[in-house]
Amino acid sequence: MGLQITTAVPGPVPVLAEGWGWRHAGRKDPAVSGASFSIAPGERVLLLGASGAGKSTLLHAMAGVLGDDGEGEEAGRLTVAGLRPSDARGRAGLVLQDPESQLVLARVGDEVAFGAENLSVPRAEIWNRVRESLADVGLDVPLDHPTAALSGGQKQRLALASVLAMRPGLLLLDEPTANLDPEGVQEVRDAVARVLDRTGATLMVVEHRVAVWADVVDRVIVLAAGGGVLADGPPAKVLAERATRARLVEAGVWVPGHTPRLKLPAARAPGGPLLQAMGLDVARSRKTGPVLRGVDVDLLSGQALSITGPNGAGKSTLALTLGGLLAPSRGELTATPALHRGAAQSPVKWKSAQLVARIGSVFQEPEHQFLTSTVLDELEFGPRRVAKLPEAVVRQRVDTIAERLRLTRLLQANPFTLSGGEKRRLSVATMLATGPDILMLDEPTFGQDANTWAELVTLLAELVADGKSVVSVTHDADFTAALGGAAVRVAGGGVQPVQTLRRAA
Amino acid sequence: MSVDLMTPRLTASPFSRANPVSKLAAAAVITVVVMLSVDWVSASVVLAAELLLMPVLGVNPWLLFKRGWPLLAAAATGAWATALLAEKTGAVLFQLGPVVFTEDSVAGGIAIGLRSLAVALPGIFLLLTTDPTDLADALAQKLKLPHRFVLGALAAMRLVGLLVEEWRTLGLARRARGVGAENRPIAKAGAFVGQAFGLIVQAIRRATRLAVAMEARGFGAGRRTWARESTYSTVDVWVLLGGVLIAGAAAAAAVAAGTWNFIFV
Repeated sequence: MGLQITTAVPGPVPVLAEGWGWRHAGRKDPAVSGASFSIAPGERVLLLGASGAGKSTLLHAMAGVLGDDGEGEEAGRLTVAGLRPSDARGRAGLVLQDPESQLVLARVGDEVAFGAENLSVPRAEIWNRVRESLADVGLDVPLDHPTAALSGGQKQRLALASVLAMRPGLLLLDEPTANLDPEGVQEVRDAVARVLDRTGATLMVVEHRVAVWADVVDRVIVLAAGGGVLADGPPAKVLAERATRARLVEAGVWVPGHTPRLKLPAARAPGGPLLQAMGLDVARSRKTGPVLRGVDVDLLSGQALSITGPNGAGKSTLALTLGGLLAPSRGELTATPALHRGAAQSPVKWKSAQLVARIGSVFQEPEHQFLTSTVLDELEFGPRRVAKLPEAVVRQRVDTIAERLRLTRLLQANPFTLSGGEKRRLSVATMLATGPDILMLDEPTFGQDANTWAELVTLLAELVADGKSVVSVTHDADFTAALGGAAVRVAGGGVQPVQTLRRAA
Repeated sequence: MSVDLMTPRLTASPFSRANPVSKLAAAAVITVVVMLSVDWVSASVVLAAELLLMPVLGVNPWLLFKRGWPLLAAAATGAWATALLAEKTGAVLFQLGPVVFTEDSVAGGIAIGLRSLAVALPGIFLLLTTDPTDLADALAQKLKLPHRFVLGALAAMRLVGLLVEEWRTLGLARRARGVGAENRPIAKAGAFVGQAFGLIVQAIRRATRLAVAMEARGFGAGRRTWARESTYSTVDVWVLLGGVLIAGAAAAAAVAAGTWNFIFV
């Protein structure tokens, strides 16, 4: 292997936590407290717990990136390979959830080399490692391939290769597949399994969806929400134990073999068309060519429609066009009289007040749509400032919706400080407040825990039963099956109808 | 449409293979000479050389215009303002009420306009013909600038490209909420400020996550090696020589024409 000036000794590393805890500066309660466990070199651990139990904090601590005393207060002891994590840099490799914000450089080869450079690995050795790491994760692209041109799954495999080039003895994965389509999830999971088999590295992975990692890990540690460890042992044992299982289900963890219980209203036959697309070409902007051509689709009142298909196929662009936010580049998008009610026939020509009363588009990232500094202002914004409804109606509507989406307790909170599930509920609620006939949702279930998922499905099914048209861009087959209705698949620059789904009763 | 600042469409001209440090040095020499004198002769010589060299440098004129038109507009505005406001000596060329152009004020305006373009072009050429990663490598390895700073700036540049896309998405997301319902200018300005604030929030979040990801990969821990070696070649000699020649020719021409006008005198 030639000359090697790394500071670290290669090989799998052990992790030891003794009553470890961390309180972020400025917070009253600790994010983690009383965590004690010992992980042997080469063990593969799935870390579970309710949201807010401090899983990410623990992972960041093991990676040595939690910061110093100024950023929080540490309790107990946590060591990686017998060292303080900040002294064991390069021994642990961390992969985060969002593929976009962990890319540093423009070219694939340079990206993988970055970590090894920082560890002062000699040049010739760096490029050996780059090629080896890319082969390990099965990313077969030229070294000068632009990182921006990769798919989500490829980007996550690149992030994995980038930490592998540091030859870490401990792999730390923080929900690495939460934002990926099913193919991407599979790609990343398989790459991790292959790498572990070859290097024998220790693994610690955080993930809501237990099934993804169930075959890869040999141990499950469950953090208790109030501090300490709730359960620790082999997956079969921990996940089968009734009390633990009940707590995990309650915490919203996707436990294998447990489907969230849904109380859905009876399905009814759909009503008449609201919006009709004929020969529609859709494009992200006027300068770029259409991503989809010749789309024919009808949105019916009282019907759920799922738009499925691989990442980057143009699903979101189609939803933005149907939602009246992007102008179609060709073809016709026509609102029927039941929807336009005297406004223009083409949704993109509607004024904001007309749009929000007819179509509500819920974006993938809820924060993009937050406009004010409290949940209450957020809910009142549409009905009061845009639709200009009478004050009594605004009050009544906001109260009803807050109640229905369990936001009443949070009315004075700042939207940006809410949890992921709460943000999602709020973004749907703000759209419902102006009473649109059509609701468009882009990946509503990405990264959601089982509880939020069940709530969303129930709410959307109720809206459909009330005669709304609910359109979802989604990869989530469980979601599509639970909601029922119609489905179209976007692929190869066009749209094909899928058989009408009947909801599982 | 995504704006990718990190991978400019480079042509395979020899100039694009030159080390960014030598391009920087050539651009600096030319810029300094043009800055030293406000006269139209030195500025014209430099500008003419720059335009003539475009094919050799591998600069696509259309791309240059697309990226550089605001500068053209700024130079024209500067020239107009100078012609309007400079001392009114020499024969009067045009007069309408208080608006007076004289021979000298117009000459001054032309000099300012040409000079702005002559100064701006080398920098634009540098950006159009240089891969940012190579520039960062050269700055850190050859000029020994602190690598934390150089690589931090490089990573930030990639985020800027992402933020252009994010701005569009934010615009659509806010329109879906009904922002922009009012046509009054104040309401429009308010909506713009709100969207800008939203972008700042997202930018800070992304930057924080990126910083964590970089730190987790050992960034900033001290000494580092470089996977790509920044090297000099004979092309760099030609680039430097070219820069010095253009600067020298410009100064000589201006002195010979008697227009050299040292700025500090």
